[in-house]
Amino acid sequence: MNRTYELMFIVRPDMPEEDQDKLISTLETAATSAGGSVKGVEKMGKRRLAYTVRKFHDGLYILLTVEGAGALIHELERRLRVSEPVIKFLTVRIDEEQKRLEKIQKIRAARRQASLAAAPEQGGEAAAVTA
Amino acid sequence: MAEETRTQAAAGEGGGSSGERGGERRGPRGATGPGGREAGRKFFRRKKVCKFCVEKIEAINYKDVRLLAQFVAESGKIVPRRLTGVCTPHQRRLSTAIKQARNIALLPFAGRAS
Repeated sequence: MNRTYELMFIVRPDMPEEDQDKLISTLETAATSAGGSVKGVEKMGKRRLAYTVRKFHDGLYILLTVEGAGALIHELERRLRVSEPVIKFLTVRIDEEQKRLEKIQKIRAARRQASLAAAPEQGGEAAAVTA
Repeated sequence: MAEETRTQAAAGEGGGSSGERGGERRGPRGATGPGGREAGRKFFRRKKVCKFCVEKIEAINYKDVRLLAQFVAESGKIVPRRLTGVCTPHQRRLSTAIKQARNIALLPFAGRAS
C-alpha cells in the first residue's frame, strides 16, 4: 500500500548545513529500509515562525516527499520526535489531492479541446449568416 | 441564500432606525429607488464571488502562505465565508489548509504573524 506524503519539519535555526544533510540522509535510509522511498528533498530555508516554538523565533524549514506505507510514516515521525534539533513537524498525505487535481486538469483540457473544436463551426455559421 | 436574507435584514434594520426619526423623508426616496425592496438600501452591494472559482485556483496548499493569509483576519482567525464570498467546497479546503499551516508555524493561531 503505497501512498505519498509530505513531511515538513522545522529544525533549530543554528543547525549547521552538514548536520541537516546528515539528518536528511538518516531519514532517507530509514525510509528505504522500511520499504519506501524519498522522492524529493527541499530546503525551504530560514523563515520567521508565526509563534514561538521552544523559545525559537526562526526556524529552518525542510520538506521531504515520501512514498510508502503508514508504518513508515510512523517510524519517521518517531525519529523526528526523538531527534533533538527538530522543533516541529507535520505530515500531510498528498496522493489523493494530486489525483483530484489531475482529474480536474484532464476535464479542463478536454473541455478546452471541445470548445476549440466547436469554435470554428460557430465562426463558419456566423460567416455564412453575414454572407 | 442565507447571505442574501441576512444582508436584506441588516439593510432593513438600518432603514428602520432612520425611519423612526424621519419617516416622511423616506417616501420620495422609495419612489425614486429602482425597486421596492431596494429602496431602503443606502448603497449598492456588489455580489461577492469565490476567488478560487474565478481565478481557477484548484490547489489550496498549506505551504502557500501568501494565498492563505488573505483569508485570515488580523487576529489570526479564519475569515467567514459570508465576508469573503468563497464558495462552500473551497472554504472547506481553505480552512483545512489554514489549520495545517498553523500547525507548522506558518500562520499564527492567534495574533499577528510577527
